[in-house]
Parts: sequence; structure tokens; C-alpha cells
Amino acid sequence: MIFATVGTQLPFRRLINALDEIAGERGLTIHAQTADPNYRARNIDTIAKLDPASFDERMANATLIVGHAGIGTVLNAKKLRKPLIIFPRRAALNEHRNDHQLATARALEGVEGVHIAWNEVELKALLSASDLEPATPEGSATSFQLIARVRDFISGS
Amino acid sequence: MPYRSRNCILAVASGGGHWEELMLLRPAWLGEDVHYATTLKGLAERAELDNAHYIPDCNRDERLNMVRTALAITALLIRIQPRVIITTGALPGLIALLIGKRLGARTVWIDSVANAEEMSLAGQRARRASDLWISQWPSVAELVGAEYAGSVL
Repeated sequence: MIFATVGTQLPFRRLINALDEIAGERGLTIHAQTADPNYRARNIDTIAKLDPASFDERMANATLIVGHAGIGTVLNAKKLRKPLIIFPRRAALNEHRNDHQLATARALEGVEGVHIAWNEVELKALLSASDLEPATPEGSATSFQLIARVRDFISGS
Repeated sequence: MPYRSRNCILAVASGGGHWEELMLLRPAWLGEDVHYATTLKGLAERAELDNAHYIPDCNRDERLNMVRTALAITALLIRIQPRVIITTGALPGLIALLIGKRLGARTVWIDSVANAEEMSLAGQRARRASDLWISQWPSVAELVGAEYAGSVL
């Protein structure tokens, strides 16, 4: 089962439409959290909002996650060791107030298990791939560093 | 309450990525008396946290919601009197720092790791109200004069 999420704040019709179309063409099973109460898809299951527990359950049961380029999505996929495809929102298409998702995606190139689809063609190709590498939650040197800095500030306060 | 008799830390983040980042930073305040504030119900329970408070969400296009958020945060701050307020954003976190600084807390802004090429608007506004003002990208930190001290990724 493929689980798709667009985050808690804004709908993302371009992604959901693309997934609907690809699911129809390829016979894929996709469940999508859409943040879009008025949208009905043809070939995929959609729900606008999920409470945190239900969201976790869907993520855990998925074999592949597809999402907007939100950090929550990335961190959750890493935590659950799932392969993740991200599809950045674009300000020019009114999908977000600025292009920070494009910047996030650029910065995530090469991160293990995070696969970037810059457009619908790449999205289709990644969804058809059979063995996408999963993401990993391993703590990095930089995260230990940040924790230490904040800890240091707290104990000095 | 005089500063020295304050005990707790308040950690604030909007639901979503900001909250996930905050959760990854928890080891930084291990052993402290911590309260959490977030804008999405169910998150604190999912992380099995005590001392969690719900605050209304807002963004910069919603004046009325900003007032509601500010009122809720003010009430919370007066009640728990944190000595340190830490936030990974977004706007509710900024509001917590602005009000918290006025009430005598020490403050930390950690800009989301999502902002890989420029600091968020809220983060820029947070500068004057932050005792520790961080970007999680070295290039962004250099660009705006923030501190870089690692990142959650």
C-alpha cells in the first residue's frame, strides 16, 4: 500500500491528481491524506485529515510514502524506515506562500531513502520503481551537535 | 515571579514538521521540568508527554487568530512562568518568544531545517526576541548572521 500525505496546512491538488491518474494507469493501491475536504478522486482513497494516531498507523502500514516536501513527512519516513518520494510545492502554482519546499528538496538530494520527483513524469517513474531505498533514522553528528548546543544554553540559563 | 525561582522550560512548536523537529531535540532538556505547547491535538499524547498545552494555530494572514493565539500563550506563560522558552516555529512559536521575552524568560529560536536557502519570515522577526537565534544550515546562518550549531537531519 502506498500512503500519500500533503501535510496539515494546505491542499495539493497537483500531487493528488497525478497520483489518481498514475493509480488508474498502473493499478496501484494508494491512500492519500489530502487536506482537501471537497476533493473526490477516481482511483485512490482519500481523506482530508487524520489524527496523529491514525496517521502513524497509515505510515506504518505503507510500503512506500509519497509526500509534499515537508520536513514532518521526511522525519516521519526516516523514523519508520520507509522509502519516501517527495514532490515539492511551487509558489508559482499557488501551492505555498514561497518556494522553500524547492529549497528543501534541493538540500535533501542525496539523503538516503529520500527520492525527489521534480515533476509528474519523474513521479510516475519513481512510483513504478520496484526497489526504492528506505530512509533511516540514525542520529547524525549534526543532530548531536545541535542538541548539545541547546542543552548548554539551558544549563547556563 | 523573580527569575531565580522559575523552574520550567517551555517548548513550543506548531503541529507538523516544526513539532517533529522539536521532538528530535528532546534530549537537550532531559532532566528538566518541561511543558510543551502545540497547535494540533493528539500530538502530545502520541509522544506520551505530560504537561502539554494546546494553543490555537495562526498564520500571518489571520489577524483574529493571531490575537487568539497571543491570548492563549500569555495566559499559559503567566501560569507556568518558564525560565527558558524554546521554539522551532512557526508563528505561534514567535509569539511565545515575543511575549515570553517581555515576561523575563530566556529565549531560543531554531529555524526549521526546511528553510535551506533563506531564513523564515517568522525567524527573521524572532531575532530581536531571541537570546539564541539558530539556523540549521550554515549558508543561511552566514547570510543572516544567525548561529549554526548543527541540524536535526
